[in-house]
Amino acid sequence: MSAYLLRRFLYAFPILLGVNCLTFALFFLVNSPDDMARMQLGQKRVTPEAIEQWKRERGYDKPLFYNGEASGWGRFTETIFFEKSLRLFLFDFGSSDAGRDIGYDIAQRMWPSLAIAVPVLLVGLLVNLSFALFLVLFRGTYIDLGGVVLLVALLSISSLFYIIGGQYLLGKLLRLAPISGYDTGLHAWKFLVLPVIVGVLSGIGSGTRLYRTFFLEEAAKDYVRTARAKGLSERLVLFRHILGNALIPILTGVVVVLPLLFLGSLLTESFFGIPGLGSYTLDAINNQDFAIVRAMVFLGSVLYILGLVLTDLSYVLVDPRVRLH
Amino acid sequence: MKVNGWKRTGHTAPHLRRNLSESHWPGKPWGRIGWLLAGCWALLLSGCGGEPWNNPYPREEAAANVLYSSFSERPKHLDPARSYSANEYAFLAQIYEPPLQYHFLLRPYQLVPLTAQAVPVPQYFDAAGQPLSPDAPPEQIAYSEYRIQIQPGIRYQPHPAFAKDASGAYRYHELTEGDLRKIRVLSDFPELGTRVLTAEDYVYQIKRLAVPWLHSPIAGVLREHLVGFAALSERIARAAPEARADGSRPFFDLRTLDFPGARVLDEQTYVIRIRGKYPQFLYWLAMPFFAPIPWEAERFYQQPGMKQRNLQLDWYPVGTGPFWLTENNPNLRMVLSRNPYFHGETYPQEGMPEDQAAGLLADAGKPLPFLDRAVYSLEKESIPYWNKFLQGWYDSSGIASDAFDQAIRFNAQGEAGLSESMRAKGMGLLTAVQTSIFYLGFNMRDPVVGGNSRRSRLLRRAISIALDYEEYISIFLNGRGIPAQGPIPPGIFGYRDGKAGINPYVYRWKDGRPQRRSLAEARALLAEAGYPEGRDPATGAALNLYYEAVASGPDDKARLNWMRKQFKKLGIQLVVRTTDYNRFQEKIRRGTGQLFTWGWNADYPDPENFLFLLYGPNSKVDGGGENAANYDNPQFNALFERMKNLDNGPERQKLLDEMVEIVRRDAPWVWGFYPKAFSLHHAWLHNLKPNLMANNTLKYRRIDPQLRAAQRRAWNQPILWPLGLIAAAFLLLSLPAVFAYRRRERQIGLQQP
Repeated sequence: MSAYLLRRFLYAFPILLGVNCLTFALFFLVNSPDDMARMQLGQKRVTPEAIEQWKRERGYDKPLFYNGEASGWGRFTETIFFEKSLRLFLFDFGSSDAGRDIGYDIAQRMWPSLAIAVPVLLVGLLVNLSFALFLVLFRGTYIDLGGVVLLVALLSISSLFYIIGGQYLLGKLLRLAPISGYDTGLHAWKFLVLPVIVGVLSGIGSGTRLYRTFFLEEAAKDYVRTARAKGLSERLVLFRHILGNALIPILTGVVVVLPLLFLGSLLTESFFGIPGLGSYTLDAINNQDFAIVRAMVFLGSVLYILGLVLTDLSYVLVDPRVRLH
Repeated sequence: MKVNGWKRTGHTAPHLRRNLSESHWPGKPWGRIGWLLAGCWALLLSGCGGEPWNNPYPREEAAANVLYSSFSERPKHLDPARSYSANEYAFLAQIYEPPLQYHFLLRPYQLVPLTAQAVPVPQYFDAAGQPLSPDAPPEQIAYSEYRIQIQPGIRYQPHPAFAKDASGAYRYHELTEGDLRKIRVLSDFPELGTRVLTAEDYVYQIKRLAVPWLHSPIAGVLREHLVGFAALSERIARAAPEARADGSRPFFDLRTLDFPGARVLDEQTYVIRIRGKYPQFLYWLAMPFFAPIPWEAERFYQQPGMKQRNLQLDWYPVGTGPFWLTENNPNLRMVLSRNPYFHGETYPQEGMPEDQAAGLLADAGKPLPFLDRAVYSLEKESIPYWNKFLQGWYDSSGIASDAFDQAIRFNAQGEAGLSESMRAKGMGLLTAVQTSIFYLGFNMRDPVVGGNSRRSRLLRRAISIALDYEEYISIFLNGRGIPAQGPIPPGIFGYRDGKAGINPYVYRWKDGRPQRRSLAEARALLAEAGYPEGRDPATGAALNLYYEAVASGPDDKARLNWMRKQFKKLGIQLVVRTTDYNRFQEKIRRGTGQLFTWGWNADYPDPENFLFLLYGPNSKVDGGGENAANYDNPQFNALFERMKNLDNGPERQKLLDEMVEIVRRDAPWVWGFYPKAFSLHHAWLHNLKPNLMANNTLKYRRIDPQLRAAQRRAWNQPILWPLGLIAAAFLLLSLPAVFAYRRRERQIGLQQP
């Protein structure tokens, strides 16, 4: 397994380099260093000298990928791409273009993201599994049909609708929770109620349908028929046999998203005023802050790769037939 | 003892024991349902009459003397040398005190002392350094000096930069990495100090404006006006130590540099020397750029390790104002608290005649500020903000377009008023025409629409008539604006109201109001320009004009269609070239666009701040200035140079009239509209008067916390019965499933024939 992990670790480098190249190219396709300087210096009374000075101080006065005026390796190293991207591999995110320390901000803002994402994941898992099991229990009946229709309807609704609808219904009309906002420590709980409910509701359609499919696939297998033939109750068949075996794809699917929970949700955080990493990324895109955008994309890629590795490991743990070489 | 498998403890209350045994919990489903319903009922009852559940603030703050507001994006800069945007000034102007401020109530806008003892009167000198009389001709004036004397005894807010130990040495000026190990935010420093404000602090800040790496947005303006500013900037660049690896700068004491542009005369007096005569300079002295910065603050923040903790002057201000920033979390909340060392100021005792009736003089002479704290929460979206405002969690609000019809009703005379639902909540409405203008500009370098030929001028005038901005304001702004008649908005010296103020090339005065000239007149002008029915004589086809537009959302489509429709009225084909804001700016900078829409918001209440947008040497293409239309009329330029040096008075008004007439005739802009701001506030918020120049108005705000607490309680009682209904419906819907399941469990697997 060590060899496997080492190999995956080495594979990660070209992937991350590719992601960096792509982010860099896409960002500078839309924004020039002059645009970035203007965004940071403001729109009024900005002189060309101030723009040049800003670019010089932050190294944005160099060529993007290739420096024809330099010699030797300097042609590649004295470029914006090299100078801005290399230190990311050491997890040194540096300062944002506005001057704030990115590592500090990420460390601060990942907690609100987790505070939303973890309950949504856990409660959502519980609700979706329960609902899926319920439908499987009544498979082939009108209850199952009605449930599937309901699920299709739920997953057809935009997540924005859930957010605005949830705020309107639970926050404005029924006044059960603050419409938006956040607080630190234990005071945060009352701000989490609404986004967690909205997050769970918006995920029921897709999550339950997926789990129902897993359960139905298991329910059609021979060992389930054997269990029934032995006279086991439907409850035991469902919970002991079907659920146990269907949990393998479910758990591995959950493991892959675990690292990504840190990154938060763009829409939810923006509408609920939650200062997480999702809204941090969105703000950076709006402010053309390349330093933050590249740091967050890099972090996202690292976490995604980590998630995939963890998934592979979880296969080994839950399924004795799997071995990693 | 066990009851149906559940262990009963000796702590169980007698009535519960009875219920438990009677219902055989949890054996029968009815017993479970009964308990759930009872729980729901208890929940319903608990929600009635108590504190609101949706209160986003701590319960103990319910009756506190705190104002609640929000910010939608975190401030980029809180350093007064760098900050230049309204959302940053909302904080900065309450913390920092420049020498002057705008009177809160008097109109037209009037400068009054803030920390200065009096508004300085400039003294003029000729090139030989000899004093000149106040009415000396501007061309003789080589220098103007502003001598500013500050009030004695003003002290800074509490701050660790001022803390000293028993020996009198600064406590936190020689910090090591070890000292900083447990420091994450400024409040982690246990000891705070203060000191008396000196004239040196003002001069120090003026020198900071020349520091190249601070990128002060007004460095360009000061280079032009302040004596020795450019040289100072170069000296700083040469003499200052190199930046550290993390980009932070070691402390460089600007006090050691002599600067002829700003000199300290004594503890409380300093003098600013500018080139020539520049009467508008006084307005700059009311902006945070000219607020004091103590050298100790720079010494403190520029120590190694501070930048990694985001402990910078750009994030943690040090001022003398009525408030200080006690919580600075731009990701969540910013809190301004009353400065315990505030020097004291009283509410204005004079105002406009209507202010007395509006209750704006009820607090005259009382000490400021009235509030203990102001809490600004991060609120990125307008819908949650608006809903929270309606629930009473915010004290005032603007009105988004989608909420406009809910809040505002227009009467038969077209006057805006509150809707019934807003009146029922006791809200107040404030409106003010902003000192801003949005215009459609013609690139005067363009061969078709630009230039000073009669042909192009007539074409521009025809377009000016055809663009129906009354309709635009009605459709897209909910009536929040007034059509512009020229470059100077209301509230600025030089603006003329009524018949004398209309643009005669676009309007007629009819029935006591301006009426846009007819399309027939526009078409006639177009024909006279050589484009009969909008056809290009060179091709015989419809004249094509190109409109550079920034399109960022679906709403823009309707605006662009409206614009096309306006040109279509003249037979002109408008080709819209949409792009992002970066590309748009680039096109305007290079002068490659033909038509474009842009706007300007006043820095200070002087016509120079609008007319310089049409001053030739300020051209965007040639000089990188703000003259986006690249309009260059020598006659206008000459008048501008005379006008900008004059004090407000009949002579200046005459020049302004001439200048406005020239640009109306040449029509380098379609004058567009002056936007009108609408804002709502709750009944418990007092002392609100739109002041478009002053940013430091928080100190005048007063709230009635008892009324607010009562209203909030009344408006926010939770409604719980739908939850009970949902739970009951859920249970009822579950029953068939439960019965079906039980039936299936009990049925025989295989029925024998």
